[in-house]
Amino acid sequence: MYLVGEDMTGGYGGADILKSCTVGVEKGEIAVIVGPNGAGKSTAMKAMLGMLRLRLGKVVLDGKDISKMTPQARVAEGIAFVPQTNNVFTSLSVEENLEMGAYLRDDDISGTMEQVFTLFPILKEKRRQPAGELSGGQRQQVAVGRALMTEPSVLMLDEPTAGVSPIVMDELFDRILEVRDTGLAILMVEQNARQALNIADRGYVLVSGENWRTGTGHELLANPEVRKSFLGG
Amino acid sequence: MPEGTDILNALVLMTNFVFVPALAYGSQLGLGALGVTLVFGILRFANFAHGDLMAFGTTIAILFTWALQAQGITFGVLPTALLALIPAIVVTAVAAIFIDKAVFTFYRRQKAAPVVFVIASVGVMFMLSAIVRFIMGTEDRRFTDGERFVVRALDFKKWSGLDEGLAIQTTQAITVVVALIVVVALFWFLNRTRTGKAMRAYSDNEDLALLSGINPDRIVMITWIIAAALATIAGTLYGLDKSFKPFTYLQLLLPIFASAIVGGIGQPVGAVVGGFVIAFSEVMLTYAYKKFATYLVPENLEPSGLLQFLGTDYKFAISFIILVLVLLVRPTGIFKGKVL
Repeated sequence: MYLVGEDMTGGYGGADILKSCTVGVEKGEIAVIVGPNGAGKSTAMKAMLGMLRLRLGKVVLDGKDISKMTPQARVAEGIAFVPQTNNVFTSLSVEENLEMGAYLRDDDISGTMEQVFTLFPILKEKRRQPAGELSGGQRQQVAVGRALMTEPSVLMLDEPTAGVSPIVMDELFDRILEVRDTGLAILMVEQNARQALNIADRGYVLVSGENWRTGTGHELLANPEVRKSFLGG
Repeated sequence: MPEGTDILNALVLMTNFVFVPALAYGSQLGLGALGVTLVFGILRFANFAHGDLMAFGTTIAILFTWALQAQGITFGVLPTALLALIPAIVVTAVAAIFIDKAVFTFYRRQKAAPVVFVIASVGVMFMLSAIVRFIMGTEDRRFTDGERFVVRALDFKKWSGLDEGLAIQTTQAITVVVALIVVVALFWFLNRTRTGKAMRAYSDNEDLALLSGINPDRIVMITWIIAAALATIAGTLYGLDKSFKPFTYLQLLLPIFASAIVGGIGQPVGAVVGGFVIAFSEVMLTYAYKKFATYLVPENLEPSGLLQFLGTDYKFAISFIILVLVLLVRPTGIFKGKVL
């Protein structure tokens, strides 16, 4: 796979949160991590970004072992990350947020910015407004837009639909599908398991830091055990 | 009813003794508060050493002024110290970066609590003030030269035919002009350049800034360079306007912090506005309005007292009272800064 965390084991110093957990995503694919609270979903994603040290296992990007790299170095390698909260610069304008996303780039960024504006037209309208004044759904668009400004090959989203209305959620998932179709690898952690698995090419159900069930999104949606445990029958 | 000339005399009196001095003092406070607010916004601690960094920068500027004067170089009608500012800023910036590497970097690595940084900055404050006293001694020094006045009181009286004179000192005019240039340049830098935007981004959300590839070490270094430049400029302008006495810079710390907090700490616009709020409050509340009132009220109602709200000895109490009021009523300050 293009990006894969293999047999990841580790935690934030204390007991292991991840236990030999494997998560990966291919280019042009959406992989979704679902599971109950405290299953280590976000932790798995953060481990792949380098925000916690793994005791065992490795993270491989495009055949290259990146396990020892800092998060910043991984961003430079093409992994973009959208945190769940505090994911925009609230006092900076929408346009400045996007510029900061492209901070590492020295080339002309106007083309990428136009692409982001095409993907999220509302952002073009509000480009001069401070991101902190936008609605929750619009902020998420800024956050995703900021991440896309690095022209990443992998986009990681930590619960992108947390706290937005169902309509906005559908809209956001549509946009994420569009991003996937440009050939990016997308890895998402989601609470809204049903809707997320619906658009997922690959799904991981984690329980207590371990892989519990793995399959395509539709396989998992059809799996009676998964339905019973997570999707309310 | 007061006559037209009486009203004019009263206005000139106010301009001369309240407006012009407060404008100059407010510019100096604003520049000082800008330094405090930038350090707070980006390094996330209240830098108590800022007053003595100003004294240090001014000391260096005075040394360069003397060196230039010894070479026979002056700046014509302007004070030589303005020329000396440029090398002084360089030296002070190097000193500030050295202090950061020697003291604050250690605590940043430790991810120490902000209060630890504050206490460390108190230590730096004592060290800097000792260095300044070693070099300059403790007495008053005037180091201004060139033309003393832009507008002389006598010339103004002759020109206007009024009883009241208006005097504008060169140092006051320079203070306001330099402060204006510095503030405009700083705002341009913060809002228009990539590095400036990165500084604001880092101040806004450190984690996200790191994720965007912004290099924190570079941001910290640039912050110290700017803080040192602002401190040197503010300190030298204050020293030119009044005089250089190391102790006054420690005393300035209170009105400077009051300015930064009143304006909203972490907000550059707030620091400037806060500087003027504090300066005008101090000057207006300690000014004796007797003569002003005499011009405006009928002769039989002339006030017998000085009409002074507070003696000038209490001027620092004013910043303190404003500070307490703001923290009680609107802790985020005028421009919604961070709550301390």
